[in-house]
Amino acid sequence: MSGDKNYITVNNSIRSWLFTTDHKRVAILYFASITLFFFIGGAAAALMRLELVSPAGHFFTSDEYNRLFTMHGVIMVWFFLIPSIPNTLGNFIVPLMIGARDLAFPRLNLTSWYLFMAGGATTLYALFKGGIDTGWTFYTPFSTMYSNSYVAIAVAGVFIVGFSSILTGLNFIVTIHRLRAPGLTWYRLPLFLWSLYATSAILVLATPVLAMTLLLIALDRVFGIGIFDPARGGDPLLFQHLFWFYSHPAVYIMILPGMGVVSELIACYSRKEVFGYSFVAWSAIAIACIGFFVWGHHMFVSGQSPFAGLVFSFMSFAVAVPSAIKVFNWTATMHKGWVHFDAPMLYALGFIGLFTFGGLSGLFLACLAYDVYVTDTYFVIAHFHYIMVGGMVTAYFGGLHYWWPKITGRMYPEYWARAAAILIFFGFNMTFLPQFILGVLGMPRRYHVYPPEFEIWHVLSSAGASILVVAYALPLFYLGWSIFFGERSSANPWQTTGLEWQTSSPPPPHNFAATPTVTRKPYDFNVNGEPRAQNA
Amino acid sequence: MTPVIRPPAVLVFSWLAALVLLSITVIAAYLPLGAGNTIVALLIAFTKAAIVAAVFMELRRQNGFIITFATAGFFWLAILFWLAFTDYSTRANFPPTINWGL
Amino acid sequence: MPEPQPAAQFAHLPQQHEVAQLGIWTFLATEVLFFGALLLSYAVYRSADPAAFAEAARHTKIAIGTINTAILLTSSFLVAWAVAVVKTGGSRFAAFLLWSAAALGLSFIGLKGVEYAMEYGEHLLPGFGFRYDGPASQSVALFFSFYIVATVIHAIHVAVGIAVFAVIGRRAYQHAYSGSYHSPVIVFGLYWHFVDIVWIFLFALIYLPGRSG
Repeated sequence: MSGDKNYITVNNSIRSWLFTTDHKRVAILYFASITLFFFIGGAAAALMRLELVSPAGHFFTSDEYNRLFTMHGVIMVWFFLIPSIPNTLGNFIVPLMIGARDLAFPRLNLTSWYLFMAGGATTLYALFKGGIDTGWTFYTPFSTMYSNSYVAIAVAGVFIVGFSSILTGLNFIVTIHRLRAPGLTWYRLPLFLWSLYATSAILVLATPVLAMTLLLIALDRVFGIGIFDPARGGDPLLFQHLFWFYSHPAVYIMILPGMGVVSELIACYSRKEVFGYSFVAWSAIAIACIGFFVWGHHMFVSGQSPFAGLVFSFMSFAVAVPSAIKVFNWTATMHKGWVHFDAPMLYALGFIGLFTFGGLSGLFLACLAYDVYVTDTYFVIAHFHYIMVGGMVTAYFGGLHYWWPKITGRMYPEYWARAAAILIFFGFNMTFLPQFILGVLGMPRRYHVYPPEFEIWHVLSSAGASILVVAYALPLFYLGWSIFFGERSSANPWQTTGLEWQTSSPPPPHNFAATPTVTRKPYDFNVNGEPRAQNA
Repeated sequence: MTPVIRPPAVLVFSWLAALVLLSITVIAAYLPLGAGNTIVALLIAFTKAAIVAAVFMELRRQNGFIITFATAGFFWLAILFWLAFTDYSTRANFPPTINWGL
Repeated sequence: MPEPQPAAQFAHLPQQHEVAQLGIWTFLATEVLFFGALLLSYAVYRSADPAAFAEAARHTKIAIGTINTAILLTSSFLVAWAVAVVKTGGSRFAAFLLWSAAALGLSFIGLKGVEYAMEYGEHLLPGFGFRYDGPASQSVALFFSFYIVATVIHAIHVAVGIAVFAVIGRRAYQHAYSGSYHSPVIVFGLYWHFVDIVWIFLFALIYLPGRSG
């Protein structure tokens, strides 16, 4: 056994990594990339929170501050959140979970990473040349006509990375449809795959609209076409319709994989099958579908017709229902389960709490009348950070820890991991809870100077951010340490179900010695909490 | 196997039908039909597209699974059009005008 | 030529073909939405001022447009014919059909070039010295913005198709394809037919409005 090579040790050359078609290696390439982007985007956030400690602008001019929050948004959305779980955990785990030797299109997978890097390099070039000041939303006609910044280059970078997303989604859809092991019917799929399938559908259907929209901005910048210029008969709201048609489903691209991870974690650490499996599965599909009907809730005060506002508001309430169904089912899964508070479970529990809280605040925003009051305030910022950071990033860390032994063959130090999880939870709430209050009090988003009566809340928020800096850096250290010095892991250290645990940690290059045949439902734990493997 | 060079009859007929439809649509464009011009043009376009899709792309021989994938894009595009037009068809001030002095 | 083997992640060759087919249809769905976003812009601005759009459309070159549509329809026919032929083992003849389709694609692009030159001379291309006298000037500019973006992007897709057919035509000429393995011909054929369908709709929206005015 010790003589057998795993996917890491089979070849050490740089060439073998940069020209790999092994989905596991592509996942590692992505891990490295998005970690880099996470820290760049996080640095921008840290600088923003530093600036916001005092009511007057201390370190940055307004123009510089505009460039900071734009950089933070663009990098975090397109270069961290959207690729995070799908391209790292997804790329690594999907073929293992379905009993396949690789994804359907391994070379497209590698191409997708190169496109990601090309897009990232292009956008970073724009950002470090001086940046853009439009906000990550690139609203016209400011972005097309008046902004004095590197808009065309930045949108070119996002355009390129969009194709990376599309190829990933395409790969997952085809893989899940056609490469499942014998006996692995749809209702035997782990819920992580249902969520990734729903995510992939959105990736494939929404991203092209963004691509065209960004192309139109770039053409407008370079050729002065005037397609969104009201002085030339254009409609700025057309841009917003096109932009949000993608960008709202994009937030579901970001959160659905996290929900999939949480389903895996809750089942494993409750030693119980997921309650209402088919409801959780179909709610992922429902979120993906209904998520396409709600984009106008970003435009309630932009000038769209009140009738359209009404329709979008109604739909926005509807999309909360499948999310709630998931939360109820996770809770029911834990009920009478044998709950273990390992670090991944702490992250999963944090997700449930923070996502629920953030999701409820979303209902306030879905309510047209209330949204008029809090739109473009810190209420919105708090809402989406609860979902994206409190939800998505937490789930990402949970999944990372859960599958860490499988990916690296090493165990991380458990007590450090639990400490980091708890520190993240407290730091996060301290950062973003005050922002709900700020929003209701009237603090606008994207401003760096504000009335002195808001100062206490900003100070609290920035203090929380300083805790988060430490809390997010911690895993970097102990996970990095574990790669070299961590205890070696067995094939199934968590004693859980799922095909990925039926092969060694780390897996061999072709995943399985022989294609497994699946005979059981997922999450098949007996009454003693012992797993029955799907291919047993 | 011995190669068959002759094109299948259905392909030839489909191609000719598409060309005939092309002629009809061009001629129809010059007829004064008012709002009907747009409808006729789009109907004929849909028909030509349907011929290409069903015969050349062999969708007529595919199962529902492939047909679902083939039509999904159009379905989602319809969502974009429908909801965007709930705005555009009910907006009071469209196209937007600029009030330079108030 | 030895029987081609499926790639490592596939159990057998038909699975590889099914996967390729599903992949191309998924990709075509993304293309529908890519062009569709542009179509929404067209629809929105046309609904704002239909008469002005009709006036703008009258300035397009319907003769070139019609010939180009016929060219693409014929090239689609040739590609579909090539698929039928290669299924019966006629790999070399299929190569000629694919190259002919590529040649038709080249003539399509050539005619587009002629058309753009004419429109540039008439100052109809926004961003390239656009000038139009009359109250409909804004809508005409928006129409031709849509025209140039849509047709250039479409032409790029045609160019990609030409390059692809040059390559798989060569493989077909070298008998790489047979009755049991001809998946690339089908898959890239689907791409080409889709490009044809996009043009069918662009033709109806660009060249036909306003002719009866």
